[in-house]
This record gives sequence, structure tokens and C-alpha cells, in this order.
Amino acid sequence: MKWHYALGALGVLFLGTGHAWGLFFAPPEFMMGDVGRILYAHVPTAWNAMLVYLFAFVAAIGTLWTSKSSWESWLVGFVEVGVVLNILLCFQGAMWAKPTWGVYWDWDPRLTTTAILIALFAGVLIQRNLFHAPDKRRIITGVTAVIAFVNVPIVYFATTWWNSLHQGLSSPDTVSNPMHWPLRVSAFGVLFLAVAFSAERAKQERARLEREDTAPTLPLAQKQLELGAE
Amino acid sequence: MPESTSAERNIPHWLIQTWQILVKDLVLGWRTRAKVVAMVVFAGTMLLLFSFAIGPNNTLLAKHAAGYVWLSALLSSTLLLSQSFQVEGESGALEGLLLLPVDPRAIFYGKALANWVVLSLLTGLVLVGGFFLFSVEIQAHPLRFVSILLLGSAGISAPGTLYSALTARAQAQQLMLPVLLFPLVIPCMLAAVKATGFLIQGDPMDQGGSWTMLLICFNLIYWALGGVLFGKVVDE
Amino acid sequence: MTPSATSPVVHAQKLSRRYGARWALAEVDLEVPAGERLLIVGANGSGKTTLLRTLSTAQSASLGSLHIFGMDVRTHAVQVRARLGLLSHLPQIYRDLSGVENLRIFNRLLGIQGPVEPYLERVGLEVRPDPVRTYSAGMTKRLSFARLLAQKPELALIDEPYGQLDPAGFAFVDTLLQDLTDEGVTVIVASHQVDRARHLCDRAILLHQGQVRWQGPAIDVGRAWDVLHA
Repeated sequence: MKWHYALGALGVLFLGTGHAWGLFFAPPEFMMGDVGRILYAHVPTAWNAMLVYLFAFVAAIGTLWTSKSSWESWLVGFVEVGVVLNILLCFQGAMWAKPTWGVYWDWDPRLTTTAILIALFAGVLIQRNLFHAPDKRRIITGVTAVIAFVNVPIVYFATTWWNSLHQGLSSPDTVSNPMHWPLRVSAFGVLFLAVAFSAERAKQERARLEREDTAPTLPLAQKQLELGAE
Repeated sequence: MPESTSAERNIPHWLIQTWQILVKDLVLGWRTRAKVVAMVVFAGTMLLLFSFAIGPNNTLLAKHAAGYVWLSALLSSTLLLSQSFQVEGESGALEGLLLLPVDPRAIFYGKALANWVVLSLLTGLVLVGGFFLFSVEIQAHPLRFVSILLLGSAGISAPGTLYSALTARAQAQQLMLPVLLFPLVIPCMLAAVKATGFLIQGDPMDQGGSWTMLLICFNLIYWALGGVLFGKVVDE
Repeated sequence: MTPSATSPVVHAQKLSRRYGARWALAEVDLEVPAGERLLIVGANGSGKTTLLRTLSTAQSASLGSLHIFGMDVRTHAVQVRARLGLLSHLPQIYRDLSGVENLRIFNRLLGIQGPVEPYLERVGLEVRPDPVRTYSAGMTKRLSFARLLAQKPELALIDEPYGQLDPAGFAFVDTLLQDLTDEGVTVIVASHQVDRARHLCDRAILLHQGQVRWQGPAIDVGRAWDVLHA
């Protein structure tokens, strides 16, 4: 099944269209001017990072529930892609913060949350790599992923109360009309790409797990010893 | 010839087993109290180090005292938590408990409660020491400090106990426990620091209440989740 | 309810356990009637410990089925565990507590009333307040025997009872195995002390590379060993 290659190609197409539209055809952002155009990359990354973590959470529940390596490999794919999106998000946030606030980093709740999430979910992958027994490794990955995901809303609430500067959450409705189509198209582009990459990583991981887990044939039954009369 | 008695044996309810594991861990903690003393000394040293980082400025130190106190407590808590499953693994005791059989929930809650007791004592000492060192004048009622102290320690202890079990067999336990635990307890630490800070500096807008609520929610979530997931973690 | 003569205490079919690419246990069929003393013999790495640990439910089998006291261990692990005792190569005690304290904790967790001091006396240990950390290896071994006795199991699984003991300890283990049988306990022993143990057991199996290569009267196991390693 190569459906995810098609999905990835569709993602590139959507992302290209959305970005070209946003960069060259949509009007500049009202408050921030051309700098505001980073929103076509940043906002889709943010939505999809959270969405992919949600997929990872579902896969983690599936992993713990069924003990199947297919769930486990999806879990690994989603967490890896989630962390990559998360790191991108952090850099985009810093790039946007410099011209807007004059500093690369600000302890704004969402920027802070993304940084914490990188540490949380990278921990899942690091911990996974320290275990070699397949059963133990599967459980550890599932458990740490569940715990990390449950923490996402708590971290977000805590950092919001702690300090608030960022604009309100962006959704296509809060963004003015000529911007919302390129934003939507870009968001689907990132989503398709993220799922395609996760699927590819899941495929590789599944192949690896199966290679590892292929039981060697049982040794041939040896004949019983004859003691003979003494 | 005595009839086999184990068939009609009544394994105690898991809540009773929880209590017995808690008592066992506290007795063990008391026997190895030198380790607890080492933790206290470590936390005290951390307090000193923070004041060296800031400089001899009593106003600044007093202003940030809550943060230093909780960070010291968190850093030294990993010494306690990494020990928690070493005593179980050292001579195969954990496997022995599971084969008795002891309910995995009883092992988790018993050990998490014991860690909570020790951590609360430690945090209490650090709090008193920090206030003394940083010349903090206490405005609020001491009982309010105690409740924040108990909630904050509980918030470290539940996920900490789970992660102690998770990392007990990793080659790099001393490294992995903080790597996993610290990002996880950030909301809990934030809330504890904020709530303690409001108690120190006064809270005209009554913001301490919402931080206390956050602490309570964090605790509810991770104490519940720990009981559910621990069985999976120790399952062979 | 005591297991009747018709239903074996242990009933294993094609029991197999895999570690990575190696079968530590390969299709072991085993039936142990109530009250029998079974001796497991084999070289290092032949699967003795794996077999005992699998029978004790400390680890699960990769393939095959296992019924103990007529119950499937996959669905009734708790009930099975309540009725068997394992003496493994680790003492399964807390080294910072005294012998009495250790026994008391385990009995309380099991809901067994009554003093534990008699069990210490029975294994030849003094009642002392010192932590187990100060015990010699042989004393620790005796303590884990006391732990097994205090549990009052119906099925005792004993891994290398003679290890770490002095000659007096050897005689003590002999008496103890005899006592267990007299009390109606089914005993499965794995040991390298073939010459000693074969006189105490009814039946023996010889393991080689995870397979049962011979089974018969315990007294003949030495000859079987010689045939295998000839």
C-alpha cells in the first residue's frame, strides 16, 4: 500500500498552493504587515502538531490495550513527527517574535508550552531507545506517551495563567476573510504531509519490529534418551 | 498432616495491602534515614547555591524565595524517588510481592504515599530553611503553607513514583528519571511556586486560589493515572 | 479444596519461551501430580530457571498452555499465585529490614496471622534485630526458605536449593524438602546437586537446550546425564 505517497504529494501541492497564495496574493496582515505572513506556516504547524500528538495518544491507548505492533509503530511515527513539528513551531515562533516583540524568545504561554512539549515527547523517544526487550519497550512507550499527552492541557493552562502576551488563539474565524482560504489550504497541506511522514515511519518501524519479532523456528524435537539396561 | 491452608486463605483487600506497603516503606525509610539526611543536606546546599547566583540581596532573595524553595525540593526529590524502586529491585523483592500476590495498585499507592510523606517533610524543612535564609516574613496563616506544601509534594510524588518504576530497569536511571519527570511536573511546580509566593507576598487579587485548584487537579489526574498504568509497567 | 488425584497440579503443554532469537524453552510437556517431588536437571542455560519462572507465573510463556491447580495461568494468575511459592535465585527480601520484619510483612500482605519466629527457628536462624544486609549468603538463603515456608504454599518451586549453603545447610535442605512432602506440598526442584537431590525426589526430567530429553525415576537421572553428555 503506497497510499501515503499519494497523500504526501497532495500535501506538497496543498502546502505549495496555500503558501504561494498567502505570500504573493493575499493582502498583508493588518497589524504586522508582511511579517504577519508567517502565519500561513506557523498556524498550520501549531494546529497539526497538537493534532498529531492527539493521534499519538490514540495510538498509545491502542498499543496498551491490544499489545499489537501495528499500533506501536503508528505511535512511534506520530510521536516522531509530532516532535519535529513541535521543534519547527518553536523556531517559527522565535522568528516571528524577533520583529514583533524585539526578542527571539518570550515567556509567552504558547511558546513556553511548545518548549515543554518538546522535552516531554522527546523523553518518550529517548526512554524507548533505552529498552531492548520488546514487551517492556512497547509498554514503556505507551505509558510515557499517555502521561505526556495528558499533561498538554495542564501545561497550557498553567503557562497561560503564568504569563499572557500572545494573541488570542488563531482559528480561520478570527483571521480576516481574504487570509482564511490560504490558511486552510496550508493547514491541510501540513496535515497530509504529517500523516504521510508518520505513515512512512510507521511502516519502517513495523518492518523493524517484525524483523525483530519473527520467531525463529522451534528447534526440532530431539529423540528421548535411551538408558539401556545396566 | 495439616490441610493446605492457602486455598481458604483470605488475601487482604488491596486497600489494606496499600496500607501495609506504606508502613513497610516508611520503616525502610527510617532504617536508611542516613539517605534522607543526605537529601536534606543536598536541598540546603541548593538553597545556598541559589543565593550565590543572585548575590547578597535580601530583597531579591525574599521575592523569589518560593521558587528557590520548590526547586531545591524538586531537585533533591529525585534522590528519594530513584531509591524508591532500587530497594525493590535489589533482591527481587518487587517480583516477590507480585507473586504473593500483592495487587499492583497497592504497591503503587503504598509507595507513592510513603514518598509523599518523606517529600512533605523534606519540603517543610526546606521551606523553613529558605524563609530563614532569605529573610522572608510570613503574612499568611501557617496552615495555608502546610496545605500548599502537601499538595506540591503529592504532585511530585505520584508521577515520580510511576517514573521511578518505569526507569528502574533502564541502564541510565539516574539520568532518565529527571529527564522524564521534570518537564512533566512543570505545571505542578509553577502552581506551587505561585501559590507559595502569594502566601508570602500577600494576595490582594485572590489569585492563589486558582493555583491551588490547579495543584488539586494535577494531583487528581496523576494519582488516578498512576494507579491505572502501574500494573502495566510491572507486568512481565 | 485440595487438588484430587485425577487433576495434576501442573499441566503444561508445548510450553515455550523465547528470548529474542533464542528459544530458552521449547515445547515442554509436563504433568506433575499432587504430592510429587520433581527434579529438574540440566546444564547451565538449559532452561531450568526459565521453566521454574514460567511455572511460577513470574514470566509468561511465549507459546503453549499452562494450567496450575486446574486453572489457566493467563486468566487466573492471582488465584494461582496465592497457592504457590517460588524460591528464586534472588532472595526476594528487603536487605535493610531484619529477618523477622521481612517475614511479618509478607505474612501480613497475605493475610496470615500468627507469629513468624517459629519459621526462623525451623531454618536455623536466630531471631535477631540486625538487618539482613549483615547476613552471610547462606543465612540469606535460609531466610528465603523461611519466607517460602511461612507462605504455606501448595506448590513449591525451588531454584537451586543447595546454592550458597555449607554442608550443614545441605542436610537442612534435605530435611526441609522431606518435610514439605510430608505436609502434602507438591515440590519442583531445579538443582545441579544431582547426586544429592535424586535421592529426595520421585521423578526427574533432564533439560537440554530447552527441551526435555529424558524423564524417568529420579534415581536414574545421573545415568541419563552421562548418556546425554557422553
